[in-house]
Amino acid sequence: MTPILQAENIEYTFKFRPSFFAAKSIFELGPLSFSLNTGETIAIIGNNGSGKSLIAKTLVGAIQPQKGQISLLGSNENHANKKTRTKTIRMIFQHNQSIMNPALSVGSMLHLPLNLNTSLGYSARRAKIEQTLLQVGLLPEHYHFYRDMMSDGQQQRVAIARALILDPKIVVADEPFAALDPSVRSQTVNLILKLQKELGLAFIFISHNMGIVRHISDKVIVMDKGKLVEHGNTQEVFKDPQHPVTKKLVDAHFNLVSKHFEST
Amino acid sequence: MQRFNHYQEEYYPSPLMHVWIEFKRSHIALAGFVILSIFIFIALFGDLIAPFDPSQQNTNAILLPPSWEPNGTIIHIFGTDSLGRDVFSRILYACQITFGVSILIVMVAAFVGVSLGVVAGLLSGLRSSIVNHLFDSIMAIPTLLIAIIIVAILGTGLSNAMLAITLALIPQFVHQTRTFVKTELQKDYVMLDKLDGASRRRIFFSSILPGMLELIVVQATLAISIAIIDISALGFLNLGATTGMTELGQMLSQSLDVAYVSPWLVTLPGLFIFLMVFSVNIVGEGLRSALRNRLKL
Repeated sequence: MTPILQAENIEYTFKFRPSFFAAKSIFELGPLSFSLNTGETIAIIGNNGSGKSLIAKTLVGAIQPQKGQISLLGSNENHANKKTRTKTIRMIFQHNQSIMNPALSVGSMLHLPLNLNTSLGYSARRAKIEQTLLQVGLLPEHYHFYRDMMSDGQQQRVAIARALILDPKIVVADEPFAALDPSVRSQTVNLILKLQKELGLAFIFISHNMGIVRHISDKVIVMDKGKLVEHGNTQEVFKDPQHPVTKKLVDAHFNLVSKHFEST
Repeated sequence: MQRFNHYQEEYYPSPLMHVWIEFKRSHIALAGFVILSIFIFIALFGDLIAPFDPSQQNTNAILLPPSWEPNGTIIHIFGTDSLGRDVFSRILYACQITFGVSILIVMVAAFVGVSLGVVAGLLSGLRSSIVNHLFDSIMAIPTLLIAIIIVAILGTGLSNAMLAITLALIPQFVHQTRTFVKTELQKDYVMLDKLDGASRRRIFFSSILPGMLELIVVQATLAISIAIIDISALGFLNLGATTGMTELGQMLSQSLDVAYVSPWLVTLPGLFIFLMVFSVNIVGEGLRSALRNRLKL
């Protein structure tokens, strides 16, 4: 079976100045390779500044890697083609105040991707939007809502709806659960698991929450300073971490979990 | 798909309706809106309701007091001036010029300024920085001063004054728009639009422009009140409207000689300038808060 998404030796380097007087530093991402199969979930974990978000942006095409190739649905052209890429890979950003435009209603926001990527007419687009809103656990009435009328959890659902509306095959999410409170977080996790089962999505997500990583991912990629340091099945990595960074992350998680069980 | 609607009785007003519903809540803003509509009506139909020709002189009725004074007549509601011209008709014509011209000026300035601001906002690096600092320094000078300098170069007259004030108002629009576009472009939803495959043009028109409305309204009302005051000031200084026209500031300066004999000749035009600026500011403030609050129910 050919993987739905395959990254081969992608490398991305950029120079930046941490402050005005500091010397320029160089951040190197990669070279890294991995592959993703249909319906599979990959979690990317690692410390802050280890290049996790860069990988996500590279995969969705927001950043062009300087070296290496990404093949989508078995060919490089598919990833290079903006239209195919937009329809196949969609991204969910970390929740914050600027993921939704305060001046646009949910409906007009969801019209944009459909307008640009499909040939549906207005009423067909509208029906699709209402269907997608129901799918992510909102109501068709939310079509008319603006950002400031919605709670954080609802906004996150809109973000998911925006990603799903083009019926993608792959969803890349950058810390989709980070800013949510525990109950909404579990709801969102369950929602994504449900959608994955229904639609056969492949899901790549970045998270600091080891519990969720262990719960929903099939494979784990561990990043450190732009390099891929460990890569494998979630169960194996959690059972027998090899790299010091992985060990630290996994130990921290298990310490927390065992403390939790001791105290109760 | 199963189609269900939980709240049949609810209706969803358009964004513009939201603004109007929110605007109506403030009684002061509504009162300002009524006064402003009267001025808009005068600006459009003032010459039709004026009982006399504004330049028609009547030597039999010189310096008549307004009709509410004991020796005033109802024929000349606001009295007559030192040449026997009907003050009411003159004020209607003057409002037409002062108010109409101000609106026209601001529309042109807003269009030019916002377009330039958008271009400046989409630029980056050194060019953008130069544009920014240039307009910052121009904005530090009061518009009236810039207008006087431009009139001094181009010569007096209403059209030159209009041009001068338009040019003086543009930098504010450029600056505000540029800052707004720059901050909006950093936001995540612009990145999401890009990932949807939207071009820069579409991102601007469908994502950034709707949010810019509040900014433009606020800036435009500020600019209209500045324009009214500047047009009147230039008229008062005899740099704006020429003697053939009637303009509120010019009326003020002409009646200064007889101010002690007939104070209403100074008071009435002054009152109308005040009412104009006042209503524009109140409506602007009301619109601003309505636009800000419409989304927070």
